[in-house]
Amino acid sequence: MKPAAFDYIRADNTEQACELLARGEDARILAGGQSLMAVLNMRLAQPGLLVDISRVASLSQISVEQGQMQVGAAVTQAALEWRPGLAQELPLLKQALPWISHFQIRNRGTVCGSIAHADPSAELPLCLLALKGRVLLRSAKARRELAAEDFFTGMLTTTRAGDELVEAVRFPLARPGQGFGFREFSRRHGDFAICAVAAVADAAGLRVAVAGVADRPIAREWPLLEGSALDDALNELAWALDARDDAHMSAAARRHLVRRLGRQAIEEARNSQ
Amino acid sequence: MTDKLMKAQTLHQVTLEVNGHTRRGNASPRMLLTDFLRHELGLTGTHVGCEHGVCGACTVRIDGVACRGCLTLAVQVQDRRVDTVEGLAGSDGTLSQLQAAFKRHHALQCGFCTAGILMSSADWLERLKQQGHKPTEQEVRDMLSGHLCRCTGYTPIVKALMEVAHA
Repeated sequence: MKPAAFDYIRADNTEQACELLARGEDARILAGGQSLMAVLNMRLAQPGLLVDISRVASLSQISVEQGQMQVGAAVTQAALEWRPGLAQELPLLKQALPWISHFQIRNRGTVCGSIAHADPSAELPLCLLALKGRVLLRSAKARRELAAEDFFTGMLTTTRAGDELVEAVRFPLARPGQGFGFREFSRRHGDFAICAVAAVADAAGLRVAVAGVADRPIAREWPLLEGSALDDALNELAWALDARDDAHMSAAARRHLVRRLGRQAIEEARNSQ
Repeated sequence: MTDKLMKAQTLHQVTLEVNGHTRRGNASPRMLLTDFLRHELGLTGTHVGCEHGVCGACTVRIDGVACRGCLTLAVQVQDRRVDTVEGLAGSDGTLSQLQAAFKRHHALQCGFCTAGILMSSADWLERLKQQGHKPTEQEVRDMLSGHLCRCTGYTPIVKALMEVAHA
């Protein structure tokens, strides 16, 4: 399994990467390559040009300002995972990052790459949505910023245009009074999630997001529900995700996981407030 | 800008540091790092299993960091430092501490997965050492989940890693 032939260019800066994308030569961005290279090796994609952004210094930055953490397009998942202070800044990511594939993949896979790839089971799109994060898109002509909710549109699809680069993503930092919970079920550690749930609790209510069931991560906001009212809300969410039977698990079992893992993640979030 | 474009059908010279020595080889853009190491540089210690990042046999260190060789292009390691299993033992053949522990614990049988596991473990153990952290067996197994071994059942591999990590 070798990739089909393509041209390759190592971009020096973001402007150049965007100009290359704008030429419309069936160009794809290569950052960590941990999704793209597997897809190329299996020849599920055959782009004409790969634009390697992994050495663009300005895209390799993590910056924290105005209550937000901005993570550039070339920042690896490992760089975030091993960042001192992440447990205080973004407790949800501290919990979720070790669930992404394996150590060796996180070492090279990028945060923005996972979000741009938009696998419906992936942890980072789930966390971005749960935290009401934002996606910063840039083309040769313009920049725009989208809420996570408006970015993911379906299985491996987003509102990113072909000439746009996911330049960075922004996660709002944890605020006092917030609690976070994360639960995931997969057949083996490191496999794609069959179901993953992220929960955020604060004084006003709950925000719950689910990955692995619908064609994209889906979030709901509820007041501080308790007991059977919470069970009912989780049940409604489980059915609303339109789970399908597949080779990994039945739709009924997936709905069960949404209810069970949802309850656990919410309890964890409320206990950590 | 266009002078930097590497055309698909052309061979491009790639210069890098491999196991402490400067090496050069030719690669078309689509050539994987695994094939470059094995066929261009003759370093066949790095094994090729699944070629989509799952089995871990091809794991090498790029600038010290354990990565899948099969999910990296040869042209991406220009001017980088790459360490492969051939660089672990001393020049006189003395096994590294990790290799010696693998031998002692019979942590390999056919050996196909071993090179990748050794390279991952070397990076991981160095990072934990810097942090002064002694891993639990569960943490060792988590790290090993990125590698498939069909012979050993992993138990002797875990024992060897625990011995080195807690030495």
